Amino acid sequence: MEFLVASSIGLLTMCGTYLLLRGRTFPVVVGLAMLSYAVNVFLFAMGRLTINMPPILRDGVTEYTDPLPQALVLTAIVISFGMTALIVVLSIRTFLEIGNDHVDGRPAGAPSEAGDKN
Amino acid sequence: MGDWIVVPIVLPAVMAALIVLAVRHDIILQRVFSITATVALVAVTLSLLIFASGNGPEMYALSDWPAPFGIVLVLDRLSAMMVFLTSLLGLGVVLFASSEWDKRGKHFHALFQFQLMGVNGAFLTGDIFNLFVFFEVLLIASYGLMLHGAGADRLKAGMQYVVINLTGSSLFLVGVGMIYSVTGTLNMADLAIQVPNVASGDAALLRAGALILLLVFCVKAALVPVHFWLPGTYANAPAPVAALFAIMTKVGAYSVLRVYSLAFGDTAGDMAWLAAPYILPAALVTLVLGMTGVLAAKRLNSLIAFSVIGSMGTLLIAVGLFTPEAISAGLYYLLHSTFSAAALFLIADLVVSRRGQFGDSLHTAPRFHQSGFLAVLFFVGAIGMAGMPPLSGFIGKLQILDAARDSDAMVWIWAIILVTSLMCIVGFGRAGSVLFWKSASVDGEITVEGAKWPVLPIIASCGMLGALVALTIFAGPVTDYLQGVSVQLFDTSQYIEAVLGENALSLIGQ
Repeated sequence: MEFLVASSIGLLTMCGTYLLLRGRTFPVVVGLAMLSYAVNVFLFAMGRLTINMPPILRDGVTEYTDPLPQALVLTAIVISFGMTALIVVLSIRTFLEIGNDHVDGRPAGAPSEAGDKN
Repeated sequence: MGDWIVVPIVLPAVMAALIVLAVRHDIILQRVFSITATVALVAVTLSLLIFASGNGPEMYALSDWPAPFGIVLVLDRLSAMMVFLTSLLGLGVVLFASSEWDKRGKHFHALFQFQLMGVNGAFLTGDIFNLFVFFEVLLIASYGLMLHGAGADRLKAGMQYVVINLTGSSLFLVGVGMIYSVTGTLNMADLAIQVPNVASGDAALLRAGALILLLVFCVKAALVPVHFWLPGTYANAPAPVAALFAIMTKVGAYSVLRVYSLAFGDTAGDMAWLAAPYILPAALVTLVLGMTGVLAAKRLNSLIAFSVIGSMGTLLIAVGLFTPEAISAGLYYLLHSTFSAAALFLIADLVVSRRGQFGDSLHTAPRFHQSGFLAVLFFVGAIGMAGMPPLSGFIGKLQILDAARDSDAMVWIWAIILVTSLMCIVGFGRAGSVLFWKSASVDGEITVEGAKWPVLPIIASCGMLGALVALTIFAGPVTDYLQGVSVQLFDTSQYIEAVLGENALSLIGQ
């Protein structure tokens, strides 16, 4: 199970990083979503991987799973969900305002007007 | 006094909700609520500051859950100073915005209060995951503020800002997760106790987690090589928002100072001063890059944005030395650079709004209204930013140079700070002479709509400059207080005992 979880986190991070470095907003948004999935699973695994164990300490229970990472992941999921919604709306707004979906505001190869302004 | 620690977080949170729910249709009421709340915040944080200067660190356990299981807020000299600085800056910004800027988009005041809540929370919290949550609160509010009033340039810069910060947040979680996996705690005071006891096999994980966290804080503090977001964001943000963002980079510097002096400081065994070898060289490069940007800038706003990068470099040079003298010098410079950056962004907006279609490009243009008066304000602000006498920037840089005397990198630090100061003077001198002096000989006059003497913005800009003057006049008492801050930072046992109880250190035999 360790191998499965670790390699899926690695795969998600790899795809997320690649997409994040693309020039258009849509892949960037998908990349961010993948990265946040990877982080959530990673955070979950930080309490060690155990199966079928109660997430709470009681008398007589010696084997348990750490409840804290689960609470942390819940917080992280809520925040990343909100953030994904925000960035989707923001990229649509940017597309409508600028007229293309490039992260730096101009299609590849177009003359640099931003460079003159900055 | 203990219960008052939570007020700087709860007051803006309640006000923001009230503003957005009850008075969202009435801009006058929004302003009244927002300004009243910020004035109250100044009063509360001032009393917290006075309390902290006479007492040791004080802890507030949220929902009364005992540390280290619950989340704690901690008020010590450093956090009291930072929340007071935030509320003073906030007051200036809300006054400036209340004349006209808050009408250009919706919900300015609600977002502004949420931003104050996030910043205050980040300064007060004693829990590393809670720090993440408050980072998110302040970032979410800052996304809204950054895009306030919209426009193509602002949306483009805003998009990049959001993407970089979301990536930073992911890394923050990775870092926190790694630290938790080997120490089993998220409470900063408890972390300070657990770090030296980490098994040697897990030390590499802890080190990696701590350094990933450092990277995230450096993104916030705009340290090279992760500073790219700052010039575009600050130069394109609405002026009052850019002024408020002057505190955001300081949140990064504060986090570095807090986490790496408490948990990875003197007592951390093998991990002692983990951050020190990375911060100082990066800060030196940041300073050079920022001031080179000042020389190269073609727009007034990006000129100021690059000078903010430069000032973060200067500040982090002091932080990166990690000695008590250097940190109190750096904190003095932190106070100074926050006010001077905010003042310059506000003054720049007054100038830009009068130049009509010429905007903030550094080209000569016909005369505009009050160019003489604004030239004086800009001159004072530029003296502050460049660190020339008689204003506080000079005292701050002098203290940093003095504190660097014993450092191995002394030659580098002195040379770079002195040379970049000259570059900054040249950059601002050129901008000022183009905007005010050379423009005076151009025929014609620009007339734009709007009030000739907008009272609130001028009060706000003069107030920020007044803070610089006050910082210079009261440099003695301020420096005394700051020396107390660095004593407290280096004597971590006070902080740990305040959070975990009197016996926490003796129980583990330290």
